[in-house]
Amino acid sequence: MSNPTPVLPDRPETSAEDCLRQLTRRDFQTTQEIRWCPGCGDYSILAQVQKVLATVGSPRENTVFVSGIGCSSRFPYYVNTYGFHTIHGRAPAVATGVKCANPDLSVWVVTGDGDSLSIGTNHLIHCLRRNVDLRILLFNNRIYGLTKGQYSPTSDFGLKTKSSPLGTIEQPISPLGLALAAQATFVARTIYADPPHLARILEAAARHRGAAFVEILQNCRVFNEGAFENVASRAEAEQSRLLLEHGKPIRFGLGGSKGIAVRDMEPVVVDVNPDDPEPEGILRHNAQADSPALASLLAALMPPAFPTALGVFRDVQRPTYNELLIGQIQDSIKRRGRGDLRKLFNAGTTWQVD
Amino acid sequence: MDTCPTNGKQFVEVQQATVRFAGDSGDGMQLVGSQFADIASLMGNAIRSIPDFPSEIRAPVGTLAGVSGYQLNFGDEEISTPGDSPFVLVAMNPAALKVSLPDVQPGGIIIVNQDEFAPANLAKARYPANPLEDGSLAGYRVIPVAITQLNEEATRPSGLSGSQRARCKNFFALGIVLWLYDRRVQPVLEWLMTKFRKTPEVMAANGASLRAGYNFANTTELFRVHYHVAPAQLPKGRYRRVTGNEALALGCIAAAHQVERCLVYASYPITPASEVLHELARHKEFDVRVIQCEDEIAACCAAIGASFAGAVGATGTSGPGLALKTEALGLAVMTELPLVAINVQRAGPSTGMPTKTEQADLNMALYGRHGEAPLVVLAAATPADCFPMAFEAVRLATRYMTPVILLSDSFLANSAEALAIPDPDRLPDLRVAAPTKDTPNFAPYRRDAKTLARPWAIPGTPGLEHRIGGLEKEDVTGVVTYDAANHRRMVEQRARKIAGIADDIPPAKVEGAPSGDLLMVGWGSTYGAIAAAVRQAQAEGRAVSHLHLRHLNPLPRGVESALRAFRKVLVPENNTGQLSAYLRSQFSVPIRPLTKVEGRPFLIRELRQAIEETLKHE
Repeated sequence: MSNPTPVLPDRPETSAEDCLRQLTRRDFQTTQEIRWCPGCGDYSILAQVQKVLATVGSPRENTVFVSGIGCSSRFPYYVNTYGFHTIHGRAPAVATGVKCANPDLSVWVVTGDGDSLSIGTNHLIHCLRRNVDLRILLFNNRIYGLTKGQYSPTSDFGLKTKSSPLGTIEQPISPLGLALAAQATFVARTIYADPPHLARILEAAARHRGAAFVEILQNCRVFNEGAFENVASRAEAEQSRLLLEHGKPIRFGLGGSKGIAVRDMEPVVVDVNPDDPEPEGILRHNAQADSPALASLLAALMPPAFPTALGVFRDVQRPTYNELLIGQIQDSIKRRGRGDLRKLFNAGTTWQVD
Repeated sequence: MDTCPTNGKQFVEVQQATVRFAGDSGDGMQLVGSQFADIASLMGNAIRSIPDFPSEIRAPVGTLAGVSGYQLNFGDEEISTPGDSPFVLVAMNPAALKVSLPDVQPGGIIIVNQDEFAPANLAKARYPANPLEDGSLAGYRVIPVAITQLNEEATRPSGLSGSQRARCKNFFALGIVLWLYDRRVQPVLEWLMTKFRKTPEVMAANGASLRAGYNFANTTELFRVHYHVAPAQLPKGRYRRVTGNEALALGCIAAAHQVERCLVYASYPITPASEVLHELARHKEFDVRVIQCEDEIAACCAAIGASFAGAVGATGTSGPGLALKTEALGLAVMTELPLVAINVQRAGPSTGMPTKTEQADLNMALYGRHGEAPLVVLAAATPADCFPMAFEAVRLATRYMTPVILLSDSFLANSAEALAIPDPDRLPDLRVAAPTKDTPNFAPYRRDAKTLARPWAIPGTPGLEHRIGGLEKEDVTGVVTYDAANHRRMVEQRARKIAGIADDIPPAKVEGAPSGDLLMVGWGSTYGAIAAAVRQAQAEGRAVSHLHLRHLNPLPRGVESALRAFRKVLVPENNTGQLSAYLRSQFSVPIRPLTKVEGRPFLIRELRQAIEETLKHE
């Protein structure tokens, strides 16, 4: 594939005020009263996002949070940057417009499983495919919370909810599988219950150039309590979480006593020697592989047969949509000169009436 | 009608002429038609053209579905429609004849390519007998010409293959028509030299065919009369030909340039609006950022996002697409962001007749949102008027921080006429002052005292970080609130802001006497036919005037007094009476609708007749 290498406008300068001191989490807090339910997983995500914004030194004025509709989509009101709480499912489309109008902005999309995997799936797919330079945080609680408890496209098959009293008869969608199929250049999964991991993944997403998709497993205490209990539980973490690290063997379990291998094109769990830093016969993570095959295999690992994989599944570079868009404009200006209305109006056959 | 003899042939002076070139979609009718339009323009005529092409991408050759036509109306005075009925028809095959014949004037000239009237083509056109031989064309002056054969002979020296040479025969037909209307071939030859400079043999063959057609008409006994149309008295200046869609694109570019912000045009392909997308995609040197979106909803949302980020956000579509954008338009109303949504209307409902014209989206534009969601609605009246109306849409959107729906339609989109090329130095300055961190008392919903617009505080500006969204806001601060009194106040303010725009647009202007027996009130593409019919009626002494509305919401000041100054009001529309109902809802004035929903524009004679009937009945 031969992609042009566009010349981009320079990255935004950190504003003079913000240069003088290190930003802190407090800089990104607003005075708005937070309206999530007590104990909601969103509080943890908000805190880590604010912290990461400070860590990466994202100037407040150059940061924009765009959301759709749902509990998660209240997020922009609680971050002291520019924010746009849009309509159901459309945040990726609005954010695409924001980024194309001003590529210097750091644009974050906050969305949920109903917002981005049901009513707005189309926009998510195309935004990832285009590789618009956005961070997309998908809070997956496997339920419709704001509308008070209907099953969502990620709800487990058979889940009983107000709209599925006998259990859902729908196969859940895989957020990561969808993102990988859409050729996303950065695909990750983390969980609200592990703030350090959450912060690490958010920081990696913040530093990625291109569409960065992060599925954040999140607990809805009111309508789907315990949906991710086995992954969230600290006690079971070693057994239930498969922490991916680029270039490292893919292992989990007590002291790293288990690994993931492939037999007959199927993933299997195998025992490994916890003391062996480089055990033979198990998969080694490569987030930078051209092929999304390994990432897809890891994304599909599901409890109870497998642990839930967390971390960066895929992190590759491809020119971004906004770079290419601006690149074509800059090329055109270089070739034809900056647009001249007189020339434009007088193009083609013209005639004079005296 | 003056006549004078030249070269043994009669020379007739006419004021106006309507010519249609019709052939198979592969016959190059659009090309020679538009060349003829340029020649007429260069010789100073007023022009208006309309193409009629098949909706199929490649309909089978020779069939009725595959006929492509280009009709030009030109004259020595104001020309406001593509002409009710052609006086000259060029029919390159039987199907073209069959499709066009019902429109041709009785006694009109029909030039047919007789070589194509063979049994196979007659069968494809479903002619039981050869119309050139069965007497069915007795009411016309039929001029059969062996165009295929004569073109073949004329182009032989070019050395091109037989099929390449056959493609030149449209220029033979153009040559005939140039002679018929006393036009020079030289400008077309010059155009060919530019167009085919990389393939000189193609240029030579087309040129040879053109000259052969011209000479044939000049020498053959078949043509005894040719016509002259004098130059029109157009206002001084430089002109070019534009279609409505081209003019929309130019208007958007010019306006964004005057706002001094980049234009982000987000759109999803749809007939008949796609040419706006194509045209804008060609002009990247103006920093036009075109996003072809995954769907209509995304297109509207991306445009809104772009406006939020400080660009001129625009989207374009046709009826079905506007329906999909409805929710996002509500968001733009609530967040009070500038947005231009162009709707090039087509016949509906649903998929309807995508290539046919209609004006039935006025209700959707005015009312098609949930909640109290007023926005600005504009409508262009002619193809060239699409330029100033696109400019106006951007002006109002940015000055008043509001979505604007600009209505055009399939008729305007494809029809072409002369545009007086504006002087870029005289275009109004549309810059909007953006607040900065030094702006005292900045608040996202603190309104300008005069326009009631909220400030356009653009991400990237330090110190003005704020959050907006679809939830109701507290007045001034923009903080989310469900407070009852506040909601009432915000609904009122959003409505007052739009209503107040009436003071910033030209008042209603009646064309003709300010009072009389009948006022014809129109909007959109009916302008040309109404204007022509009213002029004719006025010339015959009728007390008829014309009011054309370009601003539909808010309506200009003075509409009611204009309506009351006439004994009768007739509202012609290509729908079942949407403007009539709207005007009745605003003013208690008796209004008669005149409707035509056939996927075609009004003919001048239909309106002329309606004027007479309305005046007759008490």
